[in-house]
Amino acid sequence: MVDVLRIKDLIVEYTTQRGTARAVDRVSLTLGENRTLGLAGESGCGKSTLGRSLMKLVPYPGKIVSGDIILNIDHDITWKKGTIKKGDVSILELNDDQLRMIRGSEIAYIFQDPMTSLNPMLSIGKHFIQIQQAHDPTIEDEQALERAKEVLESLGILAERVDDYPHQFSGGMRQRVMIGLGLVLRPRLLIADEPTTSLDVIVEAQILEEMAELKEKFNLTMILITHNLGVLAQTADDVAIMYTGRLAELAPTEALFENPQHPYTEALLQSVPDVTKPDKKLAWIPGAPPDLVNPPDGCMFNPRCPFAMDICKQEEPPLIQSDTGGLVACHLYGRS
Amino acid sequence: MSLRSYIIGRVLMTIPMVMFLLTLVFIILRVIPGDPALLHFEKNVDPATLEAFKQRLGMDKPIWEQYFDYLGGLAVGDLGISMQDFAPISEHIAGRFPATLELTIYSIIFAVLFGVALGVKSSKTYDRPTDHGIRLFGIVTYAIPVFFLGMILQFIFGIWLQVLPVNGRFDPHYAPPTRITGMYTIDALLTMNTFALIIALRYILLPSITLGTVLCGIFVRLTRTNMLETIRMDFVVAAEARGLSDRVITYGYALRNAFLPIMTMIGLQFAALLAGAVLTETTFNLLGLGTYLIDRINHRDYTGIQGTVVVFGILVSIVTLVMDILYAYLDPRIRL
Repeated sequence: MVDVLRIKDLIVEYTTQRGTARAVDRVSLTLGENRTLGLAGESGCGKSTLGRSLMKLVPYPGKIVSGDIILNIDHDITWKKGTIKKGDVSILELNDDQLRMIRGSEIAYIFQDPMTSLNPMLSIGKHFIQIQQAHDPTIEDEQALERAKEVLESLGILAERVDDYPHQFSGGMRQRVMIGLGLVLRPRLLIADEPTTSLDVIVEAQILEEMAELKEKFNLTMILITHNLGVLAQTADDVAIMYTGRLAELAPTEALFENPQHPYTEALLQSVPDVTKPDKKLAWIPGAPPDLVNPPDGCMFNPRCPFAMDICKQEEPPLIQSDTGGLVACHLYGRS
Repeated sequence: MSLRSYIIGRVLMTIPMVMFLLTLVFIILRVIPGDPALLHFEKNVDPATLEAFKQRLGMDKPIWEQYFDYLGGLAVGDLGISMQDFAPISEHIAGRFPATLELTIYSIIFAVLFGVALGVKSSKTYDRPTDHGIRLFGIVTYAIPVFFLGMILQFIFGIWLQVLPVNGRFDPHYAPPTRITGMYTIDALLTMNTFALIIALRYILLPSITLGTVLCGIFVRLTRTNMLETIRMDFVVAAEARGLSDRVITYGYALRNAFLPIMTMIGLQFAALLAGAVLTETTFNLLGLGTYLIDRINHRDYTGIQGTVVVFGILVSIVTLVMDILYAYLDPRIRL
């Protein structure tokens, strides 16, 4: 199996007036072809920053400090000013032009809020024309529109709606349009950043179902960023739990849900409401994530961890192989 | 609602607006203390002459009759006769208006093009020296009095470098182009008179740049602020993630969405421009509506003042109407 994406020791920092906050801290991940990786954690844990840095689109004033992001491309990309040879490509070494050719055609990104992710001034069709012409200027408007209609129809949107403007669509429809825009150029990797968070549960279920189908149809490799663990249980092959920019645990989905290793993972799972047990008291994690400008020593989770030991306050736990076939960064394990 | 019904509705709305304006002008000029006819003679006139004068101007009639005469006259383009030479005011204005319109058009074009271009540049170099320089330029030009800048430019280009004429509309040694619109540059273009076109352009250049520069400051600031806002919007990031070119994102996404408040400002500035034209026309000795208004005030010509103010008012109403229609054309959300 080919590794579509390899992230090595990625560090992303935000420089603020108060100091430097490390939003992504030495994250390494490998993503095999046609796999879906779920990326979960609390708000501010760095999951979106990680997702955005894969396209080198970290929001200002964030900066990728070091590390490597290797994307595998299965065909040569040629455009007016140059080419990118097929094979492994280091995203961080690409120039602006090369990045532009990768964005949207090899890696697609679906944003959280479909209500604000489309240009209100342009019709849906125009959005489709622009993305296709940005990657191949020889495509005529009519051709691009035909393709747009095909894609929209496959997502259950009537073809004649290409002339409509974003405000004429509902939230779920807009997210389908965003997915359509993401897939129109047949990307290898799809990053979905909380794609269903702002939608109601019925639409959420529909969209997730559709995405799973599309993934098979287009042979996509996917990263699904979410704070909704229920969504991951349904869709992901592997789940990575992030805390304060670091990987806390990475395991096959089933193993992670049945046998969470990291105390943080366990706490997260405990805090998911269960409709079949309305009397169950929701567990919540006391305290708040630490200040990333002045992080605590040792394990970042130690101030909130019910199992914290002395060593947790001194040494940062390394990411080690867990018994369940995944990786975990916790001092509870790996010691005899 | 279609664009067409929006336009019809908006045009209908203009009618009560203009009626209100006309009534207001009529009332104001009649409630100010003192008899306009008496004031015209600076109170130094014998009763018989005054009576004859009033009769000639229709000022001996009851006030409501004067009001309907005034409205009835306006309907057929009759603004009454001047207190000074008893010539129809509409003829006076027809002679003066083209010069002001020409100056206004060139100034606003200069101000918008220059101001928006600088504002875009400023927002794209946010917090860097270029940005600070442009902001300073915007503040200085906004604060500088139009006659002062006019005099400086007259000194530099007219007296020191001797490359441009400093006053008037046309070289007195040659005949102006055949009158079609009364705007010399347009008439020269329409009659394909290149020679006259060059002369007319040389004369209009300094006044337009002067007024345009003073006006552009507000467009620089407005464009910059709005661009900084739209450039951070989700749909701009989403467009980047689709690999659209910098040009499309800057102009088609960020500026296009930032342009609506700029459009509103163009309409508002148009009124300011007419006021500015009074000073610019005086500085450059242009015989336009601005200098005409001053001339009427100097002659205590109340009917002349009334006519000029009415023309200014109707002009501003028309410009706001056009702006609102353009607004709807540019923003699909207003149409709905």
